[in-house]
Amino acid sequence: MSNYFGNYSLYFALIASLYLIIKSYLVSNKALKYLDKNFILITSIQTLMITISFISLVFAFIYSDFSNETVFNNSHTLKPMFYKISGSWGNHEGSLLLWLLVLSVFLFIFLLKSGSQNIKYRVLTLLFQQIIIAGFLIFILLTSNPFNMIFPIPSEGLGLNPILQDPALAIHPPILYLGYVGTSIIFSASLASLITGNIGEAWARHIKKWVLVSWIFLTIGILLGSIWAYYELGWGGFWFWDPVENVSLMPWFCLTALLHTVVVLERRNLFKEWTIILSITTFSLSMSGTFLVRSGILNSIHTFANDPSRGLFILSFLFILILMALTIFFFNQNKSKGAIKESFIFSKETAILVNNWFMMFFLSVVLVGTIYPIFLEVLNGSKISVGPPFYHNLLIPFLIPFLVFMSFGPSLKWIKDNVRKFEFDLFVIFLISILISYFILIKSEKSFLLSIPLIILSFYLLIITIKDFFSKKSYLSQKVSHFGFSLLILSILLNSLFSFEFNSNMKVGDQRVFNDKIIILKDVIVQDIDNYKSLKANFEIKNKNTTIPLTPEVRIYQQPFTITSEAAIKTTLLSDNFLVFNILKDDGYYNIRYQYKPLMIWIWMSTILISIGGVLSILRRNEKKY
Amino acid sequence: MKHLKILILVINFLLNFNLAHASDLDLRVEQITKNLRCLICQGQSVYDSQSDFAISMKLVVKKKLEEGKEEKQIYEYLKSKYGEWIVYEPELNPNTFLLWSIPLILFIFGGLLIVRKVSIK
Amino acid sequence: MKKNIKFVSILFFLILTFVVMFKGLDVSKDYSNEKLNSKIDFSFTAKKLFNDEIIILEDLFDQNGISVVNIWASWCVPCREEHKFLMNLKNMNIQVIGINYKDASKNAKDFLNLLGNPYSDIIVDKDGTKSIEFGAIGVPETIIINGKTNNIIKKFIGPLNTENVIEIKNLINETS
Repeated sequence: MSNYFGNYSLYFALIASLYLIIKSYLVSNKALKYLDKNFILITSIQTLMITISFISLVFAFIYSDFSNETVFNNSHTLKPMFYKISGSWGNHEGSLLLWLLVLSVFLFIFLLKSGSQNIKYRVLTLLFQQIIIAGFLIFILLTSNPFNMIFPIPSEGLGLNPILQDPALAIHPPILYLGYVGTSIIFSASLASLITGNIGEAWARHIKKWVLVSWIFLTIGILLGSIWAYYELGWGGFWFWDPVENVSLMPWFCLTALLHTVVVLERRNLFKEWTIILSITTFSLSMSGTFLVRSGILNSIHTFANDPSRGLFILSFLFILILMALTIFFFNQNKSKGAIKESFIFSKETAILVNNWFMMFFLSVVLVGTIYPIFLEVLNGSKISVGPPFYHNLLIPFLIPFLVFMSFGPSLKWIKDNVRKFEFDLFVIFLISILISYFILIKSEKSFLLSIPLIILSFYLLIITIKDFFSKKSYLSQKVSHFGFSLLILSILLNSLFSFEFNSNMKVGDQRVFNDKIIILKDVIVQDIDNYKSLKANFEIKNKNTTIPLTPEVRIYQQPFTITSEAAIKTTLLSDNFLVFNILKDDGYYNIRYQYKPLMIWIWMSTILISIGGVLSILRRNEKKY
Repeated sequence: MKHLKILILVINFLLNFNLAHASDLDLRVEQITKNLRCLICQGQSVYDSQSDFAISMKLVVKKKLEEGKEEKQIYEYLKSKYGEWIVYEPELNPNTFLLWSIPLILFIFGGLLIVRKVSIK
Repeated sequence: MKKNIKFVSILFFLILTFVVMFKGLDVSKDYSNEKLNSKIDFSFTAKKLFNDEIIILEDLFDQNGISVVNIWASWCVPCREEHKFLMNLKNMNIQVIGINYKDASKNAKDFLNLLGNPYSDIIVDKDGTKSIEFGAIGVPETIIINGKTNNIIKKFIGPLNTENVIEIKNLINETS
């Protein structure tokens, strides 16, 4: 039953979409006095239809309706209810339906919230957004319909990859999609404003909210992905420079650049073209992400079911959209030429340009590293791996000037600031940073040459951003985000410098001595639980005066046959103790991997702080300007 | 090409130059195997994997180090056996020249653009 | 004019990317080093399976002709499948050198006693490191080596089939 509901409401939504495209195109050339009520009405009906369709799918998952092919392939009656529900968007078909739902909901909100804007601008935004919606609807209906039926109805589903049964991963895709899809509004709106020529302070103020919303969700989405990788993959890392991770990071760099540029547009009416280019690029990157991930063109840890016809469709659609955007950009460019104003070298404008410069560099490194292997393989057949060392080599050296810029850029004044004279307090802060770094590095066994300036500078930046809380020169939102960022860089650096680990094969009763710690394997308990067999090992990590009990687990699932390792992690404010174990072929022996990871929690916390800054900026009411 | 090669070597040196000098054999095995792709796993390094292939590979790396081989020689040896796919750090050759240089060229280009936009006065 | 050049060059780049991505969709994601003709260093020692004798690998290989090497294990299911094709090779008087990969010696012997021994010699690779010299990724793998240059001239990843057997036979006939 729900299959029919879901399926037909998608067709209705498509009809609504086509109607709106034609109608809005026809009226967009006329001088309009008011927005046709029907536009909002039909968009709301469309949103309702897609919502019905999505809810039908969720119901099919809740009631394990195996006549639905998607449910059959991805669910199982034994699965906990929470994962049954999250399973509805954990697969290819469902995730696209979620994309679509967010697309239409965002458009609906846009129409309601943009009342103060130019009518023609609103109609055009509606037009472009509906083109994207129609593209996705056709894509879903042609290649990835979540409501395909199977007959005879199977009595049991094929289960779901147990590695995906994780709370962080269950909410990770929706959050990430909110970020990705938010950029579609920015894309449609900037194309519309190109045509109407209303790019300026007012438009910047209005679009900034959307930039912030996308940016916050994208930040949190990436964070959740990392948390999942850290807890579930069992290697103790949180970022692997895996193509699928990179794909979410690329629009983030672009959005971060846009977030800063749009402020300049709002305050100084500068960088119009650049803002538009960034808006178009951000959305193109989000879409490319969908293409790269869903087409299976990448080699990645994260497996997704793939089908070349799907890849071809998204690829063509993506290129039509980019082509459309390019054409509109080149033929309407002149409308948005502002009065030429000079930026002075010591000014906030220049500082933001420098921020953009670095963001674009980081973006290019990640982009080239991700797609270059595809180019090389197609063009001359050689297969290369581009892994962490490549990214580290290119990114880390550039972090040094970036941190320097970030320590003074944000405090510069608009238009023209004075060349700073020697400031005694900054000098003292710098000396303090050197001292702290010295005492920290002297304790480290691996003090790399390049890490010395990095550590000094990130301490310096941290103190500066804390000091900024007492200044009255900027918004709280900016202070919080920048403080979060400096904390993030510092935590990542210290984490990578002071992490250490220990591998060994042990059997029950064994103990191993490592640095100043003793690792004891007390016993292993085997149990049959619901849909898997569980082996729980009781370990003790003994230090001089503390004992930390850790119980990692190995789960053996039968449907489908998978072995997963659940790491045991003891988190404190200062450090994480991380332990995983694996079964070895040799009887009675287990392979154990113990890791000491300092400041892990601060990596998560600082990222949350960064996004809190974004939230504060959205909520800001006072019109005081800095 | 030559300049880029030197630049990358310098960066590499700075990134990996360890003041305390990792002399510990296990630590060096760890460093090397983290840069090797486990060919039968999905996106895992040899270091992170417990597959048969990865376990043997770790032993081979250890053995080569004990024989006195340098890190670079070990990579070359494994590349001759398994192709460039096995190392996570692509070496600089005509094939990968653009990979290393595009971001740097873009950075310089961006810098020039900013200089043109900004008045020095 | 300048604007048009910009537009056309971006367009060109876009189309190039499209074509590459389009072709990229068809490229196989499975990696194999079958085409890599690496050179093998035979100067290491190994233990034989049946008489525990320790030999230098050079002694096993034909310095002037072609050698066939098969990496196998008794615990490996596809090895059982391909076993009859190895027996075919033996019946054609083709010598196959076996490398017993990460196996218990008793299980390996039982396996051969049960199904027949297609190998002229078998060396033991207890920890899997010797197979890496042959560029092996897993079991089973069959490697054809030119004794003059010590290069791998052909490699079969996975179990052999009838066509592979014919191919191996032709390869040997061609060179001798």
